[in-house]
Amino acid sequence: MKLQPLEFEKPVLDLEAKLADLRSSSAANDINIEAEAAKLEEKLEKTRHEIYTKLTPWQRVQIARHPARPFALDYMQLSFTDFVELHGDRLFGDDSAMPGGLATIGKHKCTVIGHQKGRDTKENLKRNFGSAHPEGYRKALRLMRMGEKFGLPFVSLIDTPGAYPGVGAEERHISEAIALNLREMMALKTPTVAVVIGEGGSGGALGIGVADRVLMLENSYYSVISPEGCAAILWKHRKHAPEAAEALKLTGQDLLGLGLIDEVISEPLGGAHQDQTAAVLNLRLAVTKHLDELSEQPLEQLLETRYAKFRKFGEFAGA
Amino acid sequence: MSIFSRPSFYSDKKRELPTGLWQKCPACSELIHNLELQQNFRVCPRCDHHFVQPATERVEMLVDAETFEEHDANMVSVDTLKFTGQASYTERLRSYQKKTGLKDAVLTGFCQIQGLKLGLAVMDFNFIAATMGSVVGEKLTRLIERSTQERLPVVIVSASGGARMYEGAISLMQMAKTCGALSRHSAKRLPYISVMTHPTTGGVSASFATVGDVNLAEPRAMVGFAGPRVIRETTHQDLPAGFQTAEFLRDHGLVDQIVHRKQMRETLHRLLSYLHNIQ
Ligand SMILES: [Zn+2]
Repeated sequence: MKLQPLEFEKPVLDLEAKLADLRSSSAANDINIEAEAAKLEEKLEKTRHEIYTKLTPWQRVQIARHPARPFALDYMQLSFTDFVELHGDRLFGDDSAMPGGLATIGKHKCTVIGHQKGRDTKENLKRNFGSAHPEGYRKALRLMRMGEKFGLPFVSLIDTPGAYPGVGAEERHISEAIALNLREMMALKTPTVAVVIGEGGSGGALGIGVADRVLMLENSYYSVISPEGCAAILWKHRKHAPEAAEALKLTGQDLLGLGLIDEVISEPLGGAHQDQTAAVLNLRLAVTKHLDELSEQPLEQLLETRYAKFRKFGEFAGA
Repeated sequence: MSIFSRPSFYSDKKRELPTGLWQKCPACSELIHNLELQQNFRVCPRCDHHFVQPATERVEMLVDAETFEEHDANMVSVDTLKFTGQASYTERLRSYQKKTGLKDAVLTGFCQIQGLKLGLAVMDFNFIAATMGSVVGEKLTRLIERSTQERLPVVIVSASGGARMYEGAISLMQMAKTCGALSRHSAKRLPYISVMTHPTTGGVSASFATVGDVNLAEPRAMVGFAGPRVIRETTHQDLPAGFQTAEFLRDHGLVDQIVHRKQMRETLHRLLSYLHNIQ
C-alpha cells in the first residue's frame, strides 16, 4: 500500500520526488545525470538519518499510530507460523478488536492475542480501531488459561489507543475484565511475553500486559493517558500534545530507563512500515529469545520473579 | 436493630468548624451546616445523599475505638518524571497536603470492626481526586501483603479519579502491583471486600476496586471505567438513565449490594463473619 507521509517526513519526501523526477527526465531525454543523482541520493540518506535517528516522543507517537504499520495479525501470521485463530469469550461474544489463537514462534507453541486495528474505514469499523470491549479481555484470559492447562506460553501484542469507552463496555464491566486479567496474569503458571507493537494505551494495554517480559518496539509508546488527553487536562488544550508526550516519558527508551520494561526491539529506519520483513523478523527473534530463557526457568522461580518485577515499580519517599 | 454505634474516640481531634459554613445538598438543595453534615457522616439528613467523606472521618466511623494502627503514615510522593504542566507535580502535592492535612490519597492500617481484626484502606477523594500514584499503590500493596502474612481479611474503600498522570507509566503499573498482591492474598483463601464510593473510576475501577470477593457500593456512587463525557463524545450516543451509578452496576451484576454509609460497619462485619474463618 501507499505510505501516507507524516508532517515531519516532508523533507524526505521532497527529495524522493526530486530524485524520481530527475530519473524520469533522464530516461526521457537520454541525458547522463548520474553525478547529480548520486548527490541527491546522498542528501536523501543524510536527511533520512537526521530525521529518523532523532525522533521526538511526539513523532514516535505518530509513527506508532501509522496506518501502514504492521498490525497484530501481520505479526501473528508472519513472525509466528501456523496461526490458528480461536474466537469468543464463551460468555457474550467475540471481539474482533482483539483476535487471538494458537501459533508457533521459534520452537515454541503458544497462545497469542493482540489488539488489531484496521487500515481503512470498513476494516476499522470491524476492528473498532483496536479498542477492545470486555469480551476481548475475557477471550484473552480464556486463551491464557487454556495455554496454562496445556503447557503453552502466552504472548500478547499490544496496540490500542485504550479500552473502548462505550455504553456496552461499561454495562458489561470493562473495568472488571481488565482488573481480573491483571490479577490472574500475575499468577499464570506459564511463561508470558508482552510486546507493545504500536500504541500502549493505558489500562487497555496493561490488561494483556502483565508478563514475565515486557518488550516495546522502538517506535511504540506506552502511557497512562494519551498525549492529547493529558494535554487537554494539564495544559487545557490538545495542541500541547507534543509537550505532554515529552513529559509523560512514554517511549521505549524512556521506560527502559525507568526500569518499567525489559527491552526495546529496534525497527527499520523510519519505522516498521518501511520494511515489514525486517520488522517481522526482529520481533520473532526477540520473542523467541525471551521464551527460550523463560522456558528454562522452574515455574516457582518464574512466578516469584514476575511478582518481584512488578512489586518494585514505584517511586516514593519517607518510608 | 442496633445498626450503628458511633466510635467513642471522637473527642480529642479538632471538630469545631467556623460557624456560618453551610453546604447545599446537590440532590435536594437543602442547606446543611457543615458541623451537622460531618456529625451525620456526611450524609444529607433530609434526602440521604452521600457526600464525599474525608478518609480520617471514615476510618473513625468504621472501626472500633482506638483500634486503628496506621501503616506507612509518612510515605510521600516524589516527582520522578519532573513533571511540569501548568503547575508542577511538586507544587500540586504541596498544596493538597496543606489543604487536606494528608500526605497522600490513602490511609492504610490494621484495625478491628466489631472485634474482628482486618487490614483497612480508605482513599480520600479530596487529595488530587484520590488518583493512584506510587504512594497509593505501595501503601495498598504493603497492606495487602501484611494482611496475607497475618492471615487477615482486607477491606478497601475506594474513591478515585483514576491513575495519577503526573507519574506516567509508573502510576499505571500500580494497577498491576495491587492486583498482584490481591492474587496472593486470595490464594491463601483470605477474603477481600471492596467498597466503592463516589466516584470510583479509571485505573482504580480497572484494578483492585472491582475484584472483591464481595463488591459493595454506596448509594448513587458513580462507578465506571471511562467518564460519561468521553463516552458521549466517542459514541455520539445518549447514555441510559442512571448510567454508571452504583444501582446500575448492581442491576448489571457487578455490585453485590448497595449499602448506606451508616450500615457499612455492620455489613462489613456480617460479611466477614461468613467469609473469614479463623481457626
Ligand atoms: Zn439532600
